[in-house]
Amino acid sequence: MDQQTLIYFVWLIPLLPLLAFFTIMLFTRKHDRLSHTIAIGAIAISFVLAQIVFWNAVAQGGSHAAEPAAAVESSTEAPSATAEHSAETPAAAEGEHAAAEGEHGYPAYVESHIPWLPQGLNTLNMGVLVDPLTAAMLFMVPIACFMIIFYSVGYSNFNKKRDPHDQPGFPPHKGREPMYGRFFAFLSLFAGAMLTLVVADNLLLLFIGWEIMGLCSYLLIGFWYARTYPDRNKITPRGAAVKAFMTTRVADVFMLLGIAFLYSSTGTLSFTEIFTQEMTSQLAAVLFLGIPAAQVIYMLLFIGTIGKSAQFPLHTWLPDAMEGPTPVSAMIHAAAMVSAGVYMVIRMFPILGGTVPRGELVTFTPMIIIGTFTALFSATIAFTQRDVKKVLAYSTISQLGFMISALGMGAWVAALFHLITHAFFKALLFMGSGSIIHGVEHGMHATEHGHDDHAAAPAHAEAAPDDHGHGHDDADPQEPDMDPQDMFNMGGLRKKMPVTFWTFLIGGLSLAGFPIFFAGFWSKDEILGHAFHYPQFQIVFWVLVFTAFLTAFYTMRQISLTFFGQPRTEAAGHAHESHWTMIAPLVILAVFAIIAGFVGVKADMPGLGLIFNGPFAKYGTPFEHFVEPVLATTIEIEVLSFDWTPLLIASTAGVLGLALGWWVYGRRPLAAGQPDPLEVKMGGLYVVLKNKYYIDEIYNYVFVQPARRFAVWMGDVFDRKGIDGVLHGIADGALRLSLAFRSFDTKVVNGGADGFAASIKAAGHWLRDIQTGRVQNYLLLALVSVVLLIALYITLFS
Amino acid sequence: MTIPLSWYLIVAAVLFCIGIYGVLARRNAVGILMGVELMLNAVNINLVAFWRYLNPTDVAGQAFALFVLVVAAAEAVVGLALIISVYRNRTDIDAENINLLKQ
Amino acid sequence: MTLTHIIFIVFAAITLLSALFCVTTRNMFHAALYLVISLFGVAATFAMLEASFLAAAQLIVYVGAVAILIIFAVMLTRGGAGSLPAERQFNTQAGLAAVVTVVTLFILLRVVPFFNYPVQDAAVPVDILTQLGHALVGDFVLPFEVASVLLLAALIGAIYIARERRKGEVEG
Repeated sequence: MDQQTLIYFVWLIPLLPLLAFFTIMLFTRKHDRLSHTIAIGAIAISFVLAQIVFWNAVAQGGSHAAEPAAAVESSTEAPSATAEHSAETPAAAEGEHAAAEGEHGYPAYVESHIPWLPQGLNTLNMGVLVDPLTAAMLFMVPIACFMIIFYSVGYSNFNKKRDPHDQPGFPPHKGREPMYGRFFAFLSLFAGAMLTLVVADNLLLLFIGWEIMGLCSYLLIGFWYARTYPDRNKITPRGAAVKAFMTTRVADVFMLLGIAFLYSSTGTLSFTEIFTQEMTSQLAAVLFLGIPAAQVIYMLLFIGTIGKSAQFPLHTWLPDAMEGPTPVSAMIHAAAMVSAGVYMVIRMFPILGGTVPRGELVTFTPMIIIGTFTALFSATIAFTQRDVKKVLAYSTISQLGFMISALGMGAWVAALFHLITHAFFKALLFMGSGSIIHGVEHGMHATEHGHDDHAAAPAHAEAAPDDHGHGHDDADPQEPDMDPQDMFNMGGLRKKMPVTFWTFLIGGLSLAGFPIFFAGFWSKDEILGHAFHYPQFQIVFWVLVFTAFLTAFYTMRQISLTFFGQPRTEAAGHAHESHWTMIAPLVILAVFAIIAGFVGVKADMPGLGLIFNGPFAKYGTPFEHFVEPVLATTIEIEVLSFDWTPLLIASTAGVLGLALGWWVYGRRPLAAGQPDPLEVKMGGLYVVLKNKYYIDEIYNYVFVQPARRFAVWMGDVFDRKGIDGVLHGIADGALRLSLAFRSFDTKVVNGGADGFAASIKAAGHWLRDIQTGRVQNYLLLALVSVVLLIALYITLFS
Repeated sequence: MTIPLSWYLIVAAVLFCIGIYGVLARRNAVGILMGVELMLNAVNINLVAFWRYLNPTDVAGQAFALFVLVVAAAEAVVGLALIISVYRNRTDIDAENINLLKQ
Repeated sequence: MTLTHIIFIVFAAITLLSALFCVTTRNMFHAALYLVISLFGVAATFAMLEASFLAAAQLIVYVGAVAILIIFAVMLTRGGAGSLPAERQFNTQAGLAAVVTVVTLFILLRVVPFFNYPVQDAAVPVDILTQLGHALVGDFVLPFEVASVLLLAALIGAIYIARERRKGEVEG
């Protein structure tokens, strides 16, 4: 595989889904089969290319792993090399150039850029960079996107015909999604944007991808734009879309400020140029209000992540984003958007390298505080939720909190590792929930039409995949207003939907951190291990352990309520397994949810360490060795040795949580109509948790309503009276002026001309009187003239 | 040459002006003609006076005055014929009413 | 003041006064008569200027022919404006005409008599009449002939203009 081909592949990875978006939107939107073929084809090829790039990187990266010293050495030659490179870049601006480990000492497998924006002496370049971090992301993102897009075929009821009763803008009832092509177009755009962000070699291109994803979140959360609910307090998809977009927008402003600050401090946005020893020490030396510039920049960028990855206090949009179709939830909350937020802060972490002496642990306290708090905070909300997707939403927020917290503590590798494993099992869980919901809805349709319909099995041989909520529009005579997403309406689905059950269980156990076999365990353990190791993070450690316990608890609660026991409603009783296009991705992701963790096994772990690391490695995990060179130019990270204590504590917390969950919900599964036992026991506290600590209400009161009132005021008073008043006044004034001119024209100019003519006429009239016809008059005139002439003559000439 | 030339000239001038007044102010057409005759006579006086005082040996002065006289007579004849013709048509020789050229 | 002066002043007065009455009287017949007197006065002036032939010619032509003609015309046009004395003998511009006339008179009187005329104090030749006769058919034969043609034309014209029109014949 020569370097040039590799470069082409890397460029193609984000381009193919973007092209798919344009093609579908412009040309094939009406053709369902063609649309999904293009979308799936594009992402599938991207996936293949990404895999090629990834394995290529692994092959190259292996050589680094054996000699960590080499990484250190290359960093010492970095300063001089960097100076060269920065000066060289303008000269080498035309055409592309690629280097494995370029003159800058940065471990890039693929590097390629094109000049984009000439700015006088130097040029802003747009390009791609594949380093170990990118490679790791390229392993996860395309496959997750591929699975989700593939899943969408079944989810959008491709196997059904279009139902004429289904309106665009509403979720389909029993037929195919009316806006089928559009959905795939947007998903492709989303995937394309995420991939752009991942392979970007500079912060600007990353930001472009970031913003496009923000747009996609709006388009996709509000996909069923026309949908409304009779309950006025329930947010509509349109409202949720606006909320998501607005919240992330607020954060993006700060991020842009961070980018601007970074650019003004360093004169570049390119990663390879920023992440050098000299640049980071310079950034740490420059002070802004007494704080090193590096930290200010990082804080501003982190605010962007707070919005995008739904950390407290900008977390409110994520649960409401569940209004979108389930593949969108999977995309946003697992594979793409929230991951992008964490990816960005992971990517930018090295700029903090100069804030501490080399070799010391690099930390960022605001991230620790916000991340840990968010993790705990949303975990406490999660176990009070009834909606299956909402539980997963809060779970996502919580897990993201874990990652942020880890990164804040300096556990860079652990944060990245957890990001990747989380993407797999969360996508799995979301798609699983989609499958569950489809099953229950099918059950609802079955009971709607009476039980004898069930005998006519062929009619219902294929699932009636619908998303939730139309229970409100379609009053079922036996079960009116049933919410197919409410877990308390489920139960016993284990028998009805076995594949969904097993895959969901695998995902859940991974999330909960069940030891050994599940990826979530390894990644969570690494975070906790890091926290445990450093004495200053003791409190954080225990809070995270407690959160892990809660995570396991609500996971088991969810699984029990959904799958165990007897069906609590007739609909649940009539559910059946989903279409193969939905099942297949679940299985594939379940496999990853298990095996992805094994790259995180420490070499010095007894037994397993040897299996997964091979005989030569003495310490660290394979994943760590792979990604570590990214930091090498700026930060020296300490590779922790294996420690049983945090591992056992984490395992215990996880298992205990699962056990407690089973004890409360699974041992004696709830019957129909039975309330949540915790609700009964916890009383008022439960209500607060269930209402998400009333934060949405507080925000509404403090921010939304005043903003709305201001907007109304601007519209009615300022705009209509003020600006329109001025405009009308000007128009009025102009009109008056023109009328004045008109009257001037009429009276003065016309009048003048007419008057002049009239006066000439009058003069003519008057002069005509001279022509009396009487000779004597003429004679008199002649005489007078002669006399005058004579007088004149006399006066002048004598 | 006891009487200075200027006396004759003064007489002629006064007679001329009287004639002008008659021409301009009279209504009766014949009256107008009478004024014209007076004017012509004034001119004749002038001519003869100048002949006598400036160049008495040259006969041209008298000849001139003679011719003026002849022309004046001819003109009086024609004028009166016209007046009579007008009278025949309108029974009115008021010069104020002979104004068909009026605009 | 010699006799000559007195005679001159008398005749001048007669001429001017009768001329004045001629143009101011309301009765046309009187005006004609005054005209005659004025013409006599002019003849006298000619005589004082030693232009004897002209004086005679003046009397014959003007007084004897033109004045008579004017009297005839007056009589023939009675019933017009002139036959009504006292009213409407002067037209609307009479006042203005008087003013202008006076002005003209002033100007003339200011200028004309005070020129430096190259006066020749010579006597009239005795044979001036012979010379005049010779001149009329000699040096001035052309004006002479033209004058006669003019008279002929005037004669014919006057006859034609003033003749009686027969029935049905158009004027002019």
